[in-house]
Amino acid sequence: MTTTSTTAGAERATSSPHRTRSGRIERNRQRWGWFFLTPFALIFLVLLVVPLGYAFWMSLHTSTLAAGESFTGLANYERAFTDPLFLGGLTRVGAFVAVMVPIQLGVALAAALVLDTLATRLSRFSRLMIFVPYAVPGMIGALMWGFLYSPRFGPATDLFGLVGATAPDFLAPGTVFGSLVNIVTWQWSGYYMIIIYAALRGIDPSLYEAARIDGASGRQIALRIKVPMISAALVMVVVFALIGTLQFFTEPSILSNVAAGAIPVHYTPNLYAYGLAFSYQQFNYASTISFALGVIVFAFSYLFLFITRKRSGLNS
Amino acid sequence: MQMTRRAGRRAAVVPVVLGAAMVLAACGDGGGEETSAASCTNTIMVEDVPVVTVWAWYPAMEQVVDYFNENNDDVQACWTNAGQGGDAYQAFSTALEAGSGAPDVMMIEAEFLGQYTIREALVDLAPYGAAELEGEYTEGAWADVTEAEAVYAIPVDGGPMGLLYRQDIFDEYGVAVPTTWEEFATAAQQLKDAGYDGYITNFAPNWWAFVQAMAAQLGWQPFTYDSASTEIGIDIATPEAIQVLSYWEDLVDRDLVATDEAFTADYNASLVDGTYASYVAAAWGPGYLEGLSDADADAVWRAAPLPQWEGQEPRDVNIGGSTFAVSEQAENPELAARVAMDLFGTEEAWRIGIEEAALFPLWTPVLESDYFADLEYPFFDGQQINKDVFLDAAAGYEGFTTPPFLTYVYDQGTEQLTALVEGQVDAEQALTNLEQDVGAYAESQAFTVTE
Repeated sequence: MTTTSTTAGAERATSSPHRTRSGRIERNRQRWGWFFLTPFALIFLVLLVVPLGYAFWMSLHTSTLAAGESFTGLANYERAFTDPLFLGGLTRVGAFVAVMVPIQLGVALAAALVLDTLATRLSRFSRLMIFVPYAVPGMIGALMWGFLYSPRFGPATDLFGLVGATAPDFLAPGTVFGSLVNIVTWQWSGYYMIIIYAALRGIDPSLYEAARIDGASGRQIALRIKVPMISAALVMVVVFALIGTLQFFTEPSILSNVAAGAIPVHYTPNLYAYGLAFSYQQFNYASTISFALGVIVFAFSYLFLFITRKRSGLNS
Repeated sequence: MQMTRRAGRRAAVVPVVLGAAMVLAACGDGGGEETSAASCTNTIMVEDVPVVTVWAWYPAMEQVVDYFNENNDDVQACWTNAGQGGDAYQAFSTALEAGSGAPDVMMIEAEFLGQYTIREALVDLAPYGAAELEGEYTEGAWADVTEAEAVYAIPVDGGPMGLLYRQDIFDEYGVAVPTTWEEFATAAQQLKDAGYDGYITNFAPNWWAFVQAMAAQLGWQPFTYDSASTEIGIDIATPEAIQVLSYWEDLVDRDLVATDEAFTADYNASLVDGTYASYVAAAWGPGYLEGLSDADADAVWRAAPLPQWEGQEPRDVNIGGSTFAVSEQAENPELAARVAMDLFGTEEAWRIGIEEAALFPLWTPVLESDYFADLEYPFFDGQQINKDVFLDAAAGYEGFTTPPFLTYVYDQGTEQLTALVEGQVDAEQALTNLEQDVGAYAESQAFTVTE
């Protein structure tokens, strides 16, 4: 009784401000809501908004070794967007996106489709095993792969030796790109697979029955029915992968300890910002690079979501 | 009914507020406290006296600090290992930028002092008695820590260079130990021809400091700099440097040296299992070798003087070597200066440093003592490596000027050396590229670049 009258009262409150009694209940409710949000809002402000503001403020200054710090407005941003090292890093992460995202998506989608069709105990076990690499912290995974890629400590030399060939150097400048793609795919495909699998589980099975009656084969069901129906989950997976890859940092940072020549300090924009700040003490320019990267990531994500707006399920 | 429901809601507020208060209290606690004794790796031996914090990564440091704490009643040292080399500098630089959290006494390698003096992050120790210590250190070491009248750090250990080699490998393949670089190249070829499976030594693309030392052996002085002016001289691509780098490029092209990255697990394993027949090393090299595990039990290591260039004036060079500096965040600079001067300022401390950590002292009372000259090193089967090799090398070292952005130079050096070993550039091009990059960086840091 109270609920319906309050909802009705709220509607009437928005349309005509004269119903003060119902409006007060609604305002009370809203006040409680804001009150319970305060702890989160405090943490959000202190740990996110304030540091972002401070970093932006720092990016508007320039500090040189010889001349000290001065306010220079947007000059740092001009320097960042014409900096060949930053632009080179952006091109490189762009290449990573172009290679890694389709591979990860393909592996995750294929695994999810297969596991959705099978319902045996092996499929449950496989699901867990494909997901397990994601449970390994990124740093540990990269360290582990660093050893696996090592000619002395890894299995490659022995494996290639079995067929009489020499193992390639996985950490050379020419091959480190593929090596990094391998690590990230190993780690993240399982995570995306779980998301897609959960989406697949949400499809009404009677659709499959109807399709089978119409004479669709298993492959047609998978490609023509399942995939379009989970397009929202696919868009989400691609957005995650896009953002994560554009911010690529952990794996190159760990591998640069064993492959300093192949992975220079400006390999990815995030790595460049880190090196500028902590190796060269150029905190102002590092803040600029971080913000510039943030702008690019935001632009790409927005563009992608805009292109897929009909499929993403976000406009309903 | 409505009254109790509202009261129930009010009762729910209390735990929420308490919870938030607890979280905020926990967050706010960390700021103002002094370093508590609980955060030292060593044990404080005398309570209620001022504590000086120290960051250092020497092996056996705890014993040295314990010895200091046992023998000083009015001040105690609180030591932490904040990481090795670059990691420690990152932490230190960030703490300096943040305005708090830096230790009172910091271990800084001599070549990186410029990065901190230009930021005025180090306290001048001359007013605290350091100026009188000039006679207690070698000329080169003192030159590296002083600028005009100011003393910015106390030298601790040095890295004079020599050649550590596997006597057993050279004997097995019947190759004589080289005394000149020309002989070194010949020996490399002889070892390979005689069927040796490894390389005479490793040329690491990520160790630009090594190339600097090798070129300094021919008199290369690429940087002219003093922190009082904003001018910096950069002259990298000189004939000496090109000669040295071309020499190593030739060895790489003929597949006579390995090109593994230094200080990785692979490199450590190769050092001790006979993949490298020699190790062109600084005096901290023996300590480094001793610390590696899985060594070949039959290995016979010896030390010999660094090969020189035929027909050239012999020169002694140095890689590394560290100092203790006092940071400007130290609450009591006088006490911190005393700790910096005294930690490695006694014979007993050096006995620990030499025998447990294989450090090479720059403190002349120990450096010039018979004890040090006659010391037999078990790792070298009793060879007196100081008398044979490192004492002369240390005496001849005259210092080396480094710019205040040496980390940048090293990183660019790594990039050029990697391109060199990949065959993308030759020695002259690599050095020219480096000179341009470093020059551009210096200009972007508002220095005036001169030749």
